[in-house]
Amino acid sequence: MPRSARPTTPPDERAVVRQALSVSVATGLYGISLGALAVVAGLSVWQAVVLSLLMFSGGSQFALVGIVGTGGSAASAIATAGLLGIRNGFYGVQLSPLLAVRSWRRVLAAHLTIDESTAVATAQPTVRLARVGFWLTGAGVFVLWNAFVLAGALAGNALGDPKRYGLDAAASAAFLALLWPRLRTALARYVAAGAVVVAVVLTPAVPSGVPVLVAAVLAVVVGWWSGRSHTHPAPAEGGSR
Amino acid sequence: MSPTTIWITVLAGSAVCLALKLTGHVVPGSWSAHPRVARTAALVTVALLAALVAVQTVASGRELVVDARLPALGVAAVALLLRAPFIVVVVLAALTAALLRAAGMP
Repeated sequence: MPRSARPTTPPDERAVVRQALSVSVATGLYGISLGALAVVAGLSVWQAVVLSLLMFSGGSQFALVGIVGTGGSAASAIATAGLLGIRNGFYGVQLSPLLAVRSWRRVLAAHLTIDESTAVATAQPTVRLARVGFWLTGAGVFVLWNAFVLAGALAGNALGDPKRYGLDAAASAAFLALLWPRLRTALARYVAAGAVVVAVVLTPAVPSGVPVLVAAVLAVVVGWWSGRSHTHPAPAEGGSR
Repeated sequence: MSPTTIWITVLAGSAVCLALKLTGHVVPGSWSAHPRVARTAALVTVALLAALVAVQTVASGRELVVDARLPALGVAAVALLLRAPFIVVVVLAALTAALLRAAGMP
């Protein structure tokens, strides 16, 4: 759009629009891998699309798909996706007074409460810009993420043997990319290392999906009884889902 | 999993996730402002993702297997260190595993 078409848009608002769009595009592209992995894990294209529309939280979606793909139970897939979704609840606590919406708008706001929309909203200097940032990023990611999940699911369907294209390794990398921005504190790095050990040691001993849940219990124990570091569930920067 | 079980998993998992998001928007903020609660929630996310990295990389069902996924994860880590965008990280890992398998690695 030519600049003269919106002479009244202040520069700070243009900055938040730019930020929202770039985060939406980067995150949306990532949806290709989720769509492909979902189909490879045994979901139909429809199931991948519905999962994406309704769950709309990248970490939970990757976890559910990963556990279904490795032969875990429905209960462990639902539990892991839910546990990964807890952080969105904490984002809601921060966003609710900022957005100040009621009724159906509040449900819509809750559905769009993810890492990216929270990160963009809470980074703005004023309430007005925070609202613009939240809604634009939430809507932008929603549209592009779901479109690219569909594209990925169709591509994954056409590919055939997933191992030949390294799609199983793509899932590992996706989880690592989601984890990476959350390792800023020493305590987080210790917990991550402990979780890896727990998961590897338990894998031969218990059903698929259970090692991941035991690792979560370890984090609860450490988080509750270690008094030193203050790690708030801040949204990861740069659109990691 | 049968298609029906997958549908149930998808719908129940989505319901749980939306309920958690809504809870955050409607509860008063005081209880969750407790640093212990906030810290624990953050660490649960870290532990789940780290365990998922491990399982996705070396587990094959209930067996531990070292194959092309491990070097691919190494490449992903290097890409993350170099601040590559997420889609690039994922594609590089897939490409590494695909090339190693084409060269004969399991």
